[in-house]
Amino acid sequence: MAKLEIHLWGALRPMADGAPSVFIEASTIRELFRKLSTQYPGMEPHIKRGVAVSIDGKIYRDQLDTKLPVSSEIYLLPRVPGG
Amino acid sequence: MPLDQDLEIKKFKVIGTRVRRPDGVDKVTGRARYGADASAPGQLVALVLRSPHPHAIIKKIDISKAEKLLGVKAIITSADLPDLTGGDRGMLDILENCMARKKVLYDGHAVAAVAAIDATTARAALKLIKVDYQVLPHVTDVDEALKPTSPVIHDHIFTDGIEPKPTKASNFNKQAEYGHGDLDAGFAEADVIIEKSYKTEQTHQGYIEPHSCLASVSPDGAAEMWVCTQGHFVYRNQCAALLGLDANKLRVTASEIGGGFGGKTHIWTEPLALALSRKANRPVKLTMSREEVFRCTGPTSSTSIDVKIGAKKDGTITAAFAELRYHGGAFPANWAEFGAMTTWACYDIKNCKSLSKDAVVNRPKTAAYRAPSAPQSCFAVENTIDEVAKAIGMDPIELRIKNAAKEGTKSSYGPVYGPIGIGATLQAAKNHPHMKAPLAKDTGRGMACGFWFNFGGQTCVDLNVTPDGTVTVAVGTMDVGGSRASLALAAAEELGVPYEAVRVIVADTSSLGHNDMTDGSRGTFSSSMAAVFAARNAITVLRERAAKTWEIPVGDVEWVDGEAKAKGASRGNLAPLTLKDLAKGAGGTGGPIAGHSEIVADNAGVSFGTHICDAHVDKETGKTTITRYTVIQDAGKAMHPSYVEGQYQGGAAQGIGWALNEEYVYGTNGRLQNAAFLDYRIPVCSDLPMIDTQILEIPNPHHPYGVRGVGETPIVPPLAAVSIAVTNATGVRMHHIPMSPPRILKAIKSARM
Repeated sequence: MAKLEIHLWGALRPMADGAPSVFIEASTIRELFRKLSTQYPGMEPHIKRGVAVSIDGKIYRDQLDTKLPVSSEIYLLPRVPGG
Repeated sequence: MPLDQDLEIKKFKVIGTRVRRPDGVDKVTGRARYGADASAPGQLVALVLRSPHPHAIIKKIDISKAEKLLGVKAIITSADLPDLTGGDRGMLDILENCMARKKVLYDGHAVAAVAAIDATTARAALKLIKVDYQVLPHVTDVDEALKPTSPVIHDHIFTDGIEPKPTKASNFNKQAEYGHGDLDAGFAEADVIIEKSYKTEQTHQGYIEPHSCLASVSPDGAAEMWVCTQGHFVYRNQCAALLGLDANKLRVTASEIGGGFGGKTHIWTEPLALALSRKANRPVKLTMSREEVFRCTGPTSSTSIDVKIGAKKDGTITAAFAELRYHGGAFPANWAEFGAMTTWACYDIKNCKSLSKDAVVNRPKTAAYRAPSAPQSCFAVENTIDEVAKAIGMDPIELRIKNAAKEGTKSSYGPVYGPIGIGATLQAAKNHPHMKAPLAKDTGRGMACGFWFNFGGQTCVDLNVTPDGTVTVAVGTMDVGGSRASLALAAAEELGVPYEAVRVIVADTSSLGHNDMTDGSRGTFSSSMAAVFAARNAITVLRERAAKTWEIPVGDVEWVDGEAKAKGASRGNLAPLTLKDLAKGAGGTGGPIAGHSEIVADNAGVSFGTHICDAHVDKETGKTTITRYTVIQDAGKAMHPSYVEGQYQGGAAQGIGWALNEEYVYGTNGRLQNAAFLDYRIPVCSDLPMIDTQILEIPNPHHPYGVRGVGETPIVPPLAAVSIAVTNATGVRMHHIPMSPPRILKAIKSARM
């Protein structure tokens, strides 16, 4: 499985030594979150509070089984509230 | 039939029609039951004692005299609300906002609550409660709060997002940054650079119905609550957690809602009513006064924003920067960060950045207000864009079209956009007759575009076929803007029955699984999707029942136009079975017929809108009159166009109020000076023109009918559109809203000097 580049928003970068992105092997959002929590423990509280994942511009907040296609563009984003 | 989110191209029968709203008669005749209409035998009246100080240590609360007053049944303070949050700071903040613990943090912060046999007794009891305060210095302005010399409100806030993390506590709770490219290089390329600062004042959602709840806790731990809310499941979960109740024993029923707009996504007094009921062993009703709604619930953030845009003479924006300073009231939040995410979202800019600074101040906790944080940043950005257009001599709409984001644009918040609708709304605005209409004297025209994230979330729908063949639908996602009509339309469309054959209710928390609250423009997007799936599941059952009746394989039965039909040449003698036929015979074919759906909708798609405003300004009095207003927005598919138009008009009306008059005014003593509609001026019908709407229908690929949420985006552009119109009417750029008459006169006078 190829590693995917996971772009981090500012609040997550300190947990990755300031890197704007990290490389992770994962096929679903669930696997991505599990591996991020293991490899970058500082991200775990953020993930538990809720992180949105943009896959090729489509924003997922809840469906953790969503596939992460190889060569897709992946951004982690804060979960924006609504009114 | 598919049970996934993908769009199906189909010809609709009832979707898109303007059917009669199911709650209309009850609402216009006064029969509809709102929060304060609930009552229970033996109920007590609760009132809350609130702090007159914006910032003070609570040294002592003496309730001994109040407790002895005849008719007082229970009094609570924070001592009755122990911290059960297990280290969850966010939940502790919610608890502390409901009832002050060691300190009061804003004017109106609750310090005690009383339940008594009537309001007169409760009021007398409040007067007998003695609170000994040690008053502390306070701060209510976001820029002041960020200064190192500001009084520090919390000793546990150390700025997130700054490396190394500060070791000294401050009011600056978070910094964040979004964007891409090389700003210096971008500004070096520019022929024109415009740099401006803006301020917006704090506004309230202004819903007409005050918060109200009736709570009843039995000695065995079972409890019920009737409440006005945008999300009764979330209220149940949070109240149960804070009070140590089992969620399954707290049954919450949502009343009709007289407006929420984000303000009823948070709990405020509900835990107090439950705690009082538990202590008094009687039902307790707690209804806020209008003054309490203003002082103690969740207005939006006031802001201070700097914007810098560089552009070439041909209109290409080469660089853009914004610094946004917002506050969360007395509790830390990320409102500036959300504003920063939206700042440049309408545009394709090679080099852009937005820096957010979130602070705490001695004001009530900031809550979401329709596309929270986006209207303020839109106001600052769009005014600066308008100045750039003027500086290079380009039509403002052409400048926006030239720089508009499109499919493949790297958004300012990170990802690359798929297909989006900003270009379509701008083109529609350019071609709209409003843009070409002549303007009267002292009248200016402004236009602005805006962006918002929508989302989906968890929703449950139960659809049941009654023995007479009509249909009931129960949903747990609160109806705040007409979703019951949309769900009935969806069920009718799928089942092939008339709209009038379907009746939808919002069910209580014991009847369905968890539903997220109605926010993020998710109500109709998510719950109509769940209704479609529930109906399709019911059709599967109906086909099975027809197959049993006919004693043929279910694969030989299809559902067409509200009837089961047997397929195949040999079945020609079988007359179709209608929904009524199958309902009537359900007892003999397996029992009640139903369809259920429990979903989590995702990938709701982002939303864009463009507004055009004409404003007349009386230069002697400073009074602004909006003479014409047009909203253009993509709805994906308007299930019920009247409701979509209502959302567009409502968002515009609220935005116009925000732009022109609405404002929290704090005195130097840190107390709110205008906690009443007489002094906090929201627009009424006579203040507004008929707001024109143009619904664009570019189907959302991630909803079976192509529906896109529409509730929030309409409030994003008005602050900008109105202020640009006023600027064009007066010749003076308005950097501070609301543009109340004194503020306009001052700006005109300053420009003349």
